[in-house]
Amino acid sequence: MVRFFGILIGLFFAGMMVYSFGRGAVEYVSNPPVKAVEYQFHEKPKEVSFTSDGPFGKFDNQQLQRGFQVYKEVCAACHGLRLVAFRNLAELGYNEDEVKAIAANWPIETADIDPNTGEASTRPSIPADKFPKPFANNVAAAAANNNAIPPDLSLITKARGGGAAYIYSLLTGYTQPPADLPEANRPGTGLHYNPYFANLNLAMAQPIVAEDQVTYSDGTKATMSQMAQDVSAFLIWTAEPSLIKQKQTGWAVLAFLLIATILAFLSYKSIWADVKSEKKKKDA
Amino acid sequence: MASIDTAVESGDPAVSEPEIGGVRRRDFINIAAVSFAGVGVVATVFPLVNQMNPSADVLALSSIEVDISAIESGQAIKTSWRKQPIFIRNLTAPEIEAANKVDISGLRDPETLADRTQPGKENWLITLGVCTHLGCVPLGAAQGEVKGEYDGYFCPCHGSHYDTAGRTRKGPAPTNLEVPEYSFLTDTVVKIG
Amino acid sequence: MSFPWAQQYKPTTEFGQWMDDRLPVGRLIYNSLGAGYPTPRNLNYMWNFGSLAGLFLVIQIVTGIILAMHYAANANIAFDSVEHIMRDVNSGWMIRYAHANGASFFFIAIYLHIGRGLYYGSYKAPREMIWLLGVVIYLLAMATAFMGYVLPWGQMSFWGAKVITGLFEAIPLVGKPIQELLLGGFAPDNAALNRFFSLHYLLPFVIAGVIIMHIWALHIPGSNNPTGVSVKGKQDTVPFHPFYTAKDGWFVGLALIVFTAMLFFMPNALGHADNYIPANPLSTPAHIVPEWYFWPWYAILRAFTFDFFFIPAKLLGVLAMFSAILVWFFLPWLDRSPVRSGDYRPRFKKFFWFGLIPCIAILGYCGGAPAEEPFVMLSQLASAYYFAHFLIVLPLLSRIEKPTPLPNSITEAVTGKPIQQAS
Repeated sequence: MVRFFGILIGLFFAGMMVYSFGRGAVEYVSNPPVKAVEYQFHEKPKEVSFTSDGPFGKFDNQQLQRGFQVYKEVCAACHGLRLVAFRNLAELGYNEDEVKAIAANWPIETADIDPNTGEASTRPSIPADKFPKPFANNVAAAAANNNAIPPDLSLITKARGGGAAYIYSLLTGYTQPPADLPEANRPGTGLHYNPYFANLNLAMAQPIVAEDQVTYSDGTKATMSQMAQDVSAFLIWTAEPSLIKQKQTGWAVLAFLLIATILAFLSYKSIWADVKSEKKKKDA
Repeated sequence: MASIDTAVESGDPAVSEPEIGGVRRRDFINIAAVSFAGVGVVATVFPLVNQMNPSADVLALSSIEVDISAIESGQAIKTSWRKQPIFIRNLTAPEIEAANKVDISGLRDPETLADRTQPGKENWLITLGVCTHLGCVPLGAAQGEVKGEYDGYFCPCHGSHYDTAGRTRKGPAPTNLEVPEYSFLTDTVVKIG
Repeated sequence: MSFPWAQQYKPTTEFGQWMDDRLPVGRLIYNSLGAGYPTPRNLNYMWNFGSLAGLFLVIQIVTGIILAMHYAANANIAFDSVEHIMRDVNSGWMIRYAHANGASFFFIAIYLHIGRGLYYGSYKAPREMIWLLGVVIYLLAMATAFMGYVLPWGQMSFWGAKVITGLFEAIPLVGKPIQELLLGGFAPDNAALNRFFSLHYLLPFVIAGVIIMHIWALHIPGSNNPTGVSVKGKQDTVPFHPFYTAKDGWFVGLALIVFTAMLFFMPNALGHADNYIPANPLSTPAHIVPEWYFWPWYAILRAFTFDFFFIPAKLLGVLAMFSAILVWFFLPWLDRSPVRSGDYRPRFKKFFWFGLIPCIAILGYCGGAPAEEPFVMLSQLASAYYFAHFLIVLPLLSRIEKPTPLPNSITEAVTGKPIQQAS
């Protein structure tokens, strides 16, 4: 009985599928799908390497500090870093007083409540505070930015497919729209062409526009590519502050497990030796 | 056939290996493997327990700065440090005098007022607002609250009385109100923690 | 338990004897996972994945309980509380990544365990109940994993919750009310998040309970083995401990090496970037996919693109997806071949390796790919075969297939004496 109904149901589902396939195939042949324009002009992130790449990678604190400087001077006016606290900057090699000064002098103050009046107010940040948001809420952000909300950058390298390479490509990828780009895909008012962005046109104007836009204190030449790479490296750190610790812990754990597994394997072999030798005896 | 089931206990003479000091080599490997697994489990337990310790954001709030310029003589404020109440009290001259008059040899937790304040700032009594008995918040910091028999603080939970130096004088509290680590950054700003 | 030659538990200490007379926990363990359980001596490494799945369930429960100490099930702060775990809690990143990847490894183990059962006929008499309980465990695990993925409240969490509860909307008449009942609202929000958290915490313990029954049922007939021939006597078995504890032990080490390599060096490889964007009810990600272990079922769901008379395609897809799993409940009665092991079924073997396995691989690939051609057409072909395999091929195959000769006993197969005609 089970098999009888089973075969009927099987015939139904399989039949439906073959029928759907057939109709899909006819449709596919007679009316081949056209790749969207975005596909033709969209480009994969550029190849770019960071010191934190690979199983032995390490952050370059000098680079992270430069990247932080780029963030502060170029990005911070619109993009928040709401999951990162000023105290975390100590991991980039800043000492306690420097962290305190960065927090206290940050151009946007931390939202608070006036202790005397109870009204909303702001105060200078302390190291324990997270980076203050540049806009009070999404509505304010959209209103100030031509209806586009600048995303928070705390997790950006983990929240975008290409990771830091995507960020780097986007920052350095602004260009004139190609001549054969259809009219419908050309940037409208307030939009900017960038082949690394999913739909080719984004609201953010090119943020890094000239050499020496920031002045690095360590003497590194601030080329556009250098600034983009530094800020991308910084954003790897903001997204995964424990990245290096993860890799170091990983090696210790792997080394231990390797020895333990070899011992366990030898133990297994010795325990089974009797059964296996019995097999050999019989074979003989 | 019996060897399959009994090999581990006694060893089949035909396949057993030479004994080294009473322990066969194969036993040694088994012991080593099991001990290694045990070490691994213990090493894993450490982070699994350590995660319960205060996290980085909690530790980051372990010091605060308080502006005390608005506290007039005879007044006290309650503020919060590490989610615990802190009493900051500006003692009056008679209160200081009363505290200094006490013979500390008769106290449960002998300390002078000078021990509990900073030199030149004897009028600033800064203590945790946590009764040393079982952790209630004593009364006496806010205006109009009962200050207890010794005019300091009074814990309503189990009736502990503290004097004007925050010392335990009567009731079950075993020690004086705890004085946190603090320093004067300026004459009017105290850093606690 | 039912083997007369099984070793008997003998307490070695006075305390052991005292306990044995009152609460024989030691005896229970001895008889179920110790030397008191005679196990076929010829099990291959495919028999290691049951205990491995058990280990990963334990890892999930331990790390999950810890994560629950720091997680906040509230739509406003759930996302940030996960980041709090990642950034501020001591070793929090390790515990969260272990939990996220542990789910994947649990499913890897469970899929290989199921695949072994399918190939070696472990679902056949007298082991039907073990198989049925296993399917229940799998269903519970899917529900648990799905609800767990919602908890971080990222974009994939939110839209996953929306799409999966949307499946119920396909049910005629009562669909919409059921979806609203499940969500406690019209879209996923606090109510849904809280109940998912509650159930996500509960279900693993239910799974553990069903696993106990699964193992209980296993101990009645004892383990199947690669020949599929039943145990005939003592010479066919070895005690579970130390033989299979040692084998499981070193294999666990191997599995943990792969697991920790993932955890520490590529923790997000099996995840999706969009889930690091906080949930936004007003914007759907370009390409919604579930976690990889749901891809084959997701492909079947999306393969139905045409209505069947009065049945809309959406309902058909939902019915087919659930049927694809529910068909396993009937498997012991669909495949009536008296031979268990695929090793001795030449035709079955071909259908298994060249039909079922590629078909599930294709379904898995298409389920993770965007819903466009040629992936839809490929998944239609693969779905057709999937249903045909279980519902048409297996029932008919058992009638026409001529099995190759079976060994007379496990010992004979192991020791390699000439194989005689099947008894």
